[in-house]
Amino acid sequence: MNAHLQGHTVSNLQAVATSPLLHVDNVSLEYRTAQRVVRATHHVSFEVGKADRFVLLGPSGCGKSTLLKAVAGFIEPQEGTIRLQDQAIKGPGPDRIVVFQEFDQLPPWKTVKQNVMFPLQVSGTLPRQEAEQRALHYLEKVGLAAFADAYPHTLSGGMKARVAIARALAMQPKILLMDEPFAALDALTRRKMQEELLLLWEEVRFTLLFVTHSIEEALVVGNRILLLSPHPGRVRAEIHSHQYGLHSLGGSEFQASARRIHRLLFDEEQAQNQVFDLDFTDVRIAY
Amino acid sequence: MTTPSSVRQEYEITLEPLLSVPLERELPMVQRLWQHSSLRKGLILLLLALVWETVARYQANDLLLPSFVQTSRALLDGLLSGELPTKVGVSLVVLLKGYLLGIILAFGLTSLAVSTQFGRDLLSTLTSMFNPLPAIALLPLSLLWFGLGDNSLIFVLVHSVLWALALNTYAGFLGVSETLRMAGRNYGLRGLRLVLHILIPAALPSILSGLRIGWAFAWRTLIAAELVFGATSGKGGLGWYIFQNRNELYTDKVFAGLAVVILIGLLVESLVFNSLERITIKRWGMQR
Repeated sequence: MNAHLQGHTVSNLQAVATSPLLHVDNVSLEYRTAQRVVRATHHVSFEVGKADRFVLLGPSGCGKSTLLKAVAGFIEPQEGTIRLQDQAIKGPGPDRIVVFQEFDQLPPWKTVKQNVMFPLQVSGTLPRQEAEQRALHYLEKVGLAAFADAYPHTLSGGMKARVAIARALAMQPKILLMDEPFAALDALTRRKMQEELLLLWEEVRFTLLFVTHSIEEALVVGNRILLLSPHPGRVRAEIHSHQYGLHSLGGSEFQASARRIHRLLFDEEQAQNQVFDLDFTDVRIAY
Repeated sequence: MTTPSSVRQEYEITLEPLLSVPLERELPMVQRLWQHSSLRKGLILLLLALVWETVARYQANDLLLPSFVQTSRALLDGLLSGELPTKVGVSLVVLLKGYLLGIILAFGLTSLAVSTQFGRDLLSTLTSMFNPLPAIALLPLSLLWFGLGDNSLIFVLVHSVLWALALNTYAGFLGVSETLRMAGRNYGLRGLRLVLHILIPAALPSILSGLRIGWAFAWRTLIAAELVFGATSGKGGLGWYIFQNRNELYTDKVFAGLAVVILIGLLVESLVFNSLERITIKRWGMQR
């Protein structure tokens, strides 16, 4: 199997070719403040195929997190439909596990192992013993087997993010939803986590919907990127990025893509006419 | 761009494993002993007893202020004769009944408050109405309704525990982070299961402080009720013991009774609540 993993480009294209897993169809989302109703996204449509690493990218306030929460079932769309395997989404459920940005997504009263077992048990997916085995299996995968009995408050930010990822993967959800999971980490840890996430994907082949505001992260993590315009979020473009990985950071094609995305996001028409002296800092705009 | 200075050279160092210096060392004995809070608190108690003894000797009036030694003797006599333990037993049984009932009602009320709008309004209205009302002020009414006996005491005890605990628990529930709630809902938890699996453990710091306050309120209310209305239960508890001995001017016994109230308070505080905190919220890093 690993032989043709080398160019996972090929397998991705095959995956896309099969029937999509998640349909988001003309979805408009609104949220309510005390005084007014704010439109977060307007008529957004996209499809996520099996084993896709689909990234929602946009400036802050474009409704990408709101969109992810709608897929998770926390918010009901004002218009349009969201369907997972042709089932309309009604409320949150354990078939779509969310990894949040905040560190307090891990209940502090449970050890690392109990944290991973927790959703398996309360959702009735697995009985205790099997849940424990699966928890240890996935903790091994994220390299935290030695910390199984530690409490979350004793872990570093990167380790907490790993626990949250292990917990989500252990549920073997139909789709894994990640809401800027690495945004609160320092740059070095973030780079490491992106690398590990890609390695895990190579191994497990989960379907991922990933929200970020970093162009670089989108290009590295995703195989397809949906660009959303600023407030209210509308689809600006959908871009392939399967050819990039952490190894392509700093490459000229990579930077050209980053430039293109930047231009699309911020509508810098004049940018096309200028000749750019590209260097590494250009890619880091979104940080 | 600035040009690099030509004076400073670049360099690299190959690091050998650091073996010559120990990576950790123990704190001195005195500092380690001082870490034990029981030792520090014991010292404070000893100091207070010394001050008491000195003042009492200086005052030299047994009727107004018996000394620490006299009080200890009266306490020991009371304990050995079995009089104090039975009184304490009577009080504690009533206290626990009222306390537990108050806890159950408080959890019912707050669970209702987090799940429905009506429950929230009910809780906030009831607490703002009854929380300021001293429990002891309800005792005459309670005696009228339930007669002389445990039931009327339990009624005022419930009143003293319920509102304080409900208020704290509800505040704790409100303070649970949105992320944690969403994580719980993500796994399909709703209603009472969300309360049990997520809200209660996450709000445990507030709940424990509510339980502490409730315990103190209940204890106070009970002693006061017994003092004011004497032996409502026929047998008489610790408050009755204090009241009776004051009438007979056994001031040392009054002090012994008060000391028992304080000692039970300290015991419950350190044995029950502190250990509860240690094995829960302190261990989980929710409180320092």
